[in-house]
Amino acid sequence: MKQENSEDKKYLFDKPASMKILAWSFLLSLVLLLALEFFIHKHTHFPSEEWPEFYCVFAFVGFVALVLSAKYILRPLVKRREDYYD
Amino acid sequence: MTDVLPPAAIFIIGGLMVPLIKGKWKSAYMLLIPVVGFINLINIPEGTHWVVGFMEYDLIFGKVDRLSLLFGYIFHLISFIAILYAIHVKDDVQNVAGLIYAGSALGVVFAGDLFSFFVFWEMLTVASIFLIWARRTKAAQGAGYRYLLVHAAGGLCLLAGIVLYVNQTGSIEFGYIGLNGLATLLIFLGFGVNCAWPLLHPWLTDAYPEATITGTIFLSAFTTKCAVYALARAFPGTEALIWIGAIMTAFPIFYAVIENNLRRVLSYSLINQVGFMVCGIGIGTQMAINGAVSHAVNDILFKALLFMSMGAVMYRTGGKINCTALGGLYRTMPLTCICCIIGAASISAVPLFSGFVSKSMVMSAAADGHMQIIWFILLFASVGVLEHAGIKIPFFAFFGHDSGLRPKEAPLHMLLAMGIAAFFCIFNGSFPNYLYSLLPYPVEYVPYTVPHVVGQTQLIFFAALAFILLTLSGMSPPEMRAVNVDADWFYRKGCGLFYRVMDISMNGLTRVADRVIVGELTGSICRISQRWPEVLCLGVMIPLWSITGVKGKKLDGKIERTRAALQTHTSPIGISAAIATIFLVLIYLLM
Repeated sequence: MKQENSEDKKYLFDKPASMKILAWSFLLSLVLLLALEFFIHKHTHFPSEEWPEFYCVFAFVGFVALVLSAKYILRPLVKRREDYYD
Repeated sequence: MTDVLPPAAIFIIGGLMVPLIKGKWKSAYMLLIPVVGFINLINIPEGTHWVVGFMEYDLIFGKVDRLSLLFGYIFHLISFIAILYAIHVKDDVQNVAGLIYAGSALGVVFAGDLFSFFVFWEMLTVASIFLIWARRTKAAQGAGYRYLLVHAAGGLCLLAGIVLYVNQTGSIEFGYIGLNGLATLLIFLGFGVNCAWPLLHPWLTDAYPEATITGTIFLSAFTTKCAVYALARAFPGTEALIWIGAIMTAFPIFYAVIENNLRRVLSYSLINQVGFMVCGIGIGTQMAINGAVSHAVNDILFKALLFMSMGAVMYRTGGKINCTALGGLYRTMPLTCICCIIGAASISAVPLFSGFVSKSMVMSAAADGHMQIIWFILLFASVGVLEHAGIKIPFFAFFGHDSGLRPKEAPLHMLLAMGIAAFFCIFNGSFPNYLYSLLPYPVEYVPYTVPHVVGQTQLIFFAALAFILLTLSGMSPPEMRAVNVDADWFYRKGCGLFYRVMDISMNGLTRVADRVIVGELTGSICRISQRWPEVLCLGVMIPLWSITGVKGKKLDGKIERTRAALQTHTSPIGISAAIATIFLVLIYLLM
């Protein structure tokens, strides 16, 4: 009986409301971070670092490039069946 | 000097005595070893201690300076954490191996001469192998053998280098070596094997995920960090290390993206983090060395924390560790989940967590040296860290799709061990000055500046945004059960090929030899050597007998007797001996 209860139990992120709060706070942080850029004075080492929103763009583009190249280039090259070495 | 002991001795002797202690005292005894060791360590003054004469050389078991002391502190701390985490393990093989392994690491760090350094270096391999084999699966056994062979090769390379180096310089002191000539190159490569340099690395990603749950915690801390220490001691400022380190940070992240086994993801991540240290050592400025060493300290803690959280998941789910089998565990393992997130935040260099204050030192050193390409590679690798360690590990284990698993929370001792590591991850990140005060050189670097905090936070949040968008759009690589071929292909398949080639060529040769020599040739020689004396003898004798009038039955009888005598080797030898003697005398006279 107790087992069934725990199966039905709603946990933190099962609730749509908590996901909604999480999503909105994340979006708000993104906007805030984009805006902050214009209020700080950067000490840069390289010219590219001075581009507006350099870190935001670099992270986003770098992340997408990493994941897609791993998916479409590396995986087809190296993926083998699980028993490949057996 | 009578009241303190070499740090390695406490662990090694203490470890060997573990099987003698029974029952509930064993746990307390094992936990006491790093505590006693630490008290011993803080009472050792800087300088050179325990010098033992050996043939015409001096062995030094205590080269104590700021560099070795810092590694000594962190090795004691992580030993305590790993022992606490493993306190439920009843298998004495693992308990003894873990302590000797930690002791060997301390031996390496405090060795002041190349001989004792080498001995402890090899003990690292020997002790750690039992932590892999102790899993007692076929995969662990195979990975363990490969681990052993690779390290044996690396050890021989190092030994060859040391022998040449000592021969050239006449000194066995272990200090700055620098890269010049064959001897130093061999030493350099020997360190590189343990450091998991690109192409020399697959022993790590092969063996660590196959080790026992608790053994991996020890493994993640010592072997690679001893190599980092050795490089920092012997090869600081070696330019090759900058590139080796940069490649180390970049290539494993691609593998980590598509890897299914979460402990293997962490193994790739380990190489990636060691890359930052190697790069820092290569840059070689005071800030870069400080960055490399402090990052080693922080990495030991957060990597152990991540491995511990994954180990707790394995422990509670009956060995499940693949992305495809896990998911949604935050529901019933919330504390493990929080510890994992703290580890992930630390490795991702989130402000206030430990990675933020150490990795950035290496990057700043690269920027100060105007190494633009290196700096970009490191920045890209930082984004990659976010992907695999910062997001993938916690997401696929504790969130993601609900696997339906509802395992119990990790046992108390595991939670405590994770808690201690998590505490230091936050403490070092939030109050970096304590860590900075222990570094080899004075620290002028200030991690908490507004641009640094904002830049790093932007990096993290927008990488997270990319992850969310890729996942929601279904463009992330799907989790799948598969093997990803790495550089170990060369010896795993290559040795198979070698085996088959040898099988066909050598065993083929044996078969041919067996047929021709054993089957045919020997038999024929035997037959010929039996038959020929008979043919020769009778060929001479039968005409002779015929001439002298021997006929009929008498002749047959004589032939029969001669044949029997030759077959049983009982022919009269008197005459032949006489002829041979005459022959020899003739030769003697003619000479």
